[in-house]
Amino acid sequence: MKPDKIDQLYFSDVNEPIKFDRREFLKKLGGGIIVVFCIGKLSLLDGWGKNEAVDELNFNAYLRVKENGRVNCYTGKIEMGQGIITSLAQVLAEELEVPISSVDMIMGDTDLCPYDAGTWGSLTTRFADPVIRAAAAEARETLLNLAAEKLHINEDQLTIKEGVIFDINNPSKKITYAEITKGKKIVKTLTKKPEIKKAKDFKIIGTPIISTDALAKVTGKAQYSGDIKLPGMVYATVVRPTVYGAKKLKVDASALSDFEGVALIEDGDLVAVVHTSLETANKAAKKVKVIWDAPKATSNTDSIFQYLEDQITESSVFKEAGDLLIGKQISIRIIDGKYYDGYKAHAPMETHSATCYFEGDKLIIWASTQTPFGLRDQLVNALHTSTEKVQVKQIFTGGGFGGKIYNKQAIEAALISKSCGKPVQLVWSRKEEFMYDRFRPAAVMNVTSGVDNKGKLTLWDFDIYCAGTRGTSLFYGIENNRTRMFNEKNVRGDSHTNSLNNVSVHPFGTGAWRAPGNNSTTFARESHIDVTAHKIGIDPLEFRLNNLNHKNMTATLKLAAENFGWKKPKKEGHGYGIALGEDAGTCVAIIAEVFVNKNTGEVQPIRVVCAQDMGQVVNPLGATVQTEGGITMGLGYALFEEVEFNGGNLKTRNFKNYEITKFSKTPEITCIFRDKMDSKPEGGGEPAIICVGGAIANAVFDACGARVNRMPITPERILNELNKT
Amino acid sequence: MKQSVSFKLNNQNVSVEVNGDESLLTIIRTYLDKTGTKFGCGLGDCGACTVLIDNEAARSCMILIEDVANKEIITIEGLATGEILHPIQKAFITLDALQCGFCTPGMIMNALGLLIKNPTPTRNEIINGMEDNLCRCGSYNRIVEAIEMAAKEMNKKVKI
Ligand code: FES
Ligand code: FES
Repeated sequence: MKPDKIDQLYFSDVNEPIKFDRREFLKKLGGGIIVVFCIGKLSLLDGWGKNEAVDELNFNAYLRVKENGRVNCYTGKIEMGQGIITSLAQVLAEELEVPISSVDMIMGDTDLCPYDAGTWGSLTTRFADPVIRAAAAEARETLLNLAAEKLHINEDQLTIKEGVIFDINNPSKKITYAEITKGKKIVKTLTKKPEIKKAKDFKIIGTPIISTDALAKVTGKAQYSGDIKLPGMVYATVVRPTVYGAKKLKVDASALSDFEGVALIEDGDLVAVVHTSLETANKAAKKVKVIWDAPKATSNTDSIFQYLEDQITESSVFKEAGDLLIGKQISIRIIDGKYYDGYKAHAPMETHSATCYFEGDKLIIWASTQTPFGLRDQLVNALHTSTEKVQVKQIFTGGGFGGKIYNKQAIEAALISKSCGKPVQLVWSRKEEFMYDRFRPAAVMNVTSGVDNKGKLTLWDFDIYCAGTRGTSLFYGIENNRTRMFNEKNVRGDSHTNSLNNVSVHPFGTGAWRAPGNNSTTFARESHIDVTAHKIGIDPLEFRLNNLNHKNMTATLKLAAENFGWKKPKKEGHGYGIALGEDAGTCVAIIAEVFVNKNTGEVQPIRVVCAQDMGQVVNPLGATVQTEGGITMGLGYALFEEVEFNGGNLKTRNFKNYEITKFSKTPEITCIFRDKMDSKPEGGGEPAIICVGGAIANAVFDACGARVNRMPITPERILNELNKT
Repeated sequence: MKQSVSFKLNNQNVSVEVNGDESLLTIIRTYLDKTGTKFGCGLGDCGACTVLIDNEAARSCMILIEDVANKEIITIEGLATGEILHPIQKAFITLDALQCGFCTPGMIMNALGLLIKNPTPTRNEIINGMEDNLCRCGSYNRIVEAIEMAAKEMNKKVKI
């Protein structure tokens, strides 16, 4: 499947490796067999690892079979709960014929790993897996070669099991990887596609593997960036304004004289205090009086939608076909709809954290980040230093979801450390996390649909404000259609970016939120498809099947409907809802059952069936856990989550006023994957979540007749709709 | 004024020189270097900081250090006996009941508190008992199953 244009633009410019001289990496490494490769543009387009010869020193990942037989895989990707520490090791172990336990993943360390643009976009499995497999296959070929030489046996007489190569006819004639690599240093570049295994020969790919980091995480040994303690370290607390975007006018720190050992740090708008005791730093920071110049509020939680429509007048056509006028003429029904989605927080359980120190003039930092290399470059800028003078180290990240790619906390920590000359730890409070999150932007979607007398969609006019176009390519066959994107001026591609040079239309920072934009637009499309089906009195499943123009999506929907039992009778107050969507190359069909209490408007999710076509599923357990997680998280944005604000004054400050999904609201979840072991893998971390809003909205309507077109679908909004009818 | 507060942490006697109004969470993390217990909000809202105090699950961010004098505290680090994992830890691994792992120590400690009070909880009792521990990665269903699995295992042991 060729990525569509926007995907191409989006991925190629974030993931293209920057050309650095990588020779030094290789020099620093010890012996063994090293295969360097590139996870990037070429693998994106071809689906499988393939690089030009000129890319020899342009790799962005490599693996090394060490002289002790263990295998290291170095990649700039990071682990934040999405399970790639396991699945990447898994594909490597498969091709290299070693047990997964002998693979060590070295991730996101900017001194040890080659450049990588960041961990997001469900890119890792799609693009890293094929290349890592190819590299492992290359290493395997090299090892076989050497073994044949050493054992004086023809290569095709050799076989491998668990890192030991032996003679098929005489298993006592054998040699281990460790023995082969001892004293050797062979560097190979992956320039052609080596022979990789067929699905029928898989031993590890496709089998469920428990997360390799689980032991560290259940024993409390897994370290996150706020868990590092350095000798002489001080804790930093930043003094914040109450309004986002406020500029510092005046600082009065006279009250700090009451606190022994406290130091005040000022660097531009950054005001902070440090102390060897965390609580003293917190207390002292409260006593620092800063006068801020705060921007005026121009919108609030409710006025924002009209504000966005008023402010953004420019649009560009993303896709169009046929003629909207003709579409109107041939439709027997034309249906308009308006859909809204409020701001959402990422709200990872780990707030943004960083610990750092200077070794001479070199900064060493651990940070909760999805972009270690991006952070390194930001730090180089902020500290006016050079790339070799900054090292971002490998560490676990306590959830990211797209929110940990901006790294504000780490830059603050580094500046503070530089200023006070001591190792520094900065862990944002929950309130800071809610203020400086880069929220999923509020979005408005206007739709006009038309149908003919056979129940075929004849018209689709889709205007999107601030949600981008990711996943909006139509998989329904509609001859006359247009999708337009209204966006902040001068913002290209996806709208999750904050405006580039102009002032943002959003009152606070916005950014990428798990499957950026696609949650909002899928909610709008799938709600409207349902509305249209109901208007002409056709069952929503039948209507979709009748209008789909996408083989994989049709098959995925059928799979979901069968497993769900769409025709099963419903209990009183229960409703079923479907939503379809496409993200990161994966087709998703979700069917949800909810119960709605008509008196209180409260929604109880009962069960969710999610069918996906994600190509090859490397770790079915990991993919299931990711899908369940996405659906559970998605219920939050669908039902509860809404950032409340007046301008840059965020009223949402903690989990008391930002409700996320909890135990009691989690339904029974069934995940099904289409069996496609011979295809290439598609995205797994994001896709499922996009369908939750639509499926829930449609199920709520089915249960009680309330069509809520603004997320979250709160009890109040449901009761409002019920009162209208 | 500094005061000395003594208590038992994971079966060892410890004594800290503190102001007294620090939270237990801060002290175990920054003075005693037990960083398995996590800071998720510092407001009692998320449960990432859950520990056992005298066999009861408690949110260490909401407890003043002076209030735990002479009490017995168990953190996630005190759960395994050497290499042998506690049944709850084992069940979390077996069922892959975690993703980023940041809520995990708090979840496990809260589950332990629950199972001490009620060794044979129903599914609903587990959900109610765990309700205010948050997991943004959405591992709830697996966590419930892990607690059910661990309860069975723990009850087996008692009978032997
Ligand atoms: S950190 Fe204690 S409840 Fe959140
Ligand atoms: S596993 Fe990430 S918050 Fe629970």
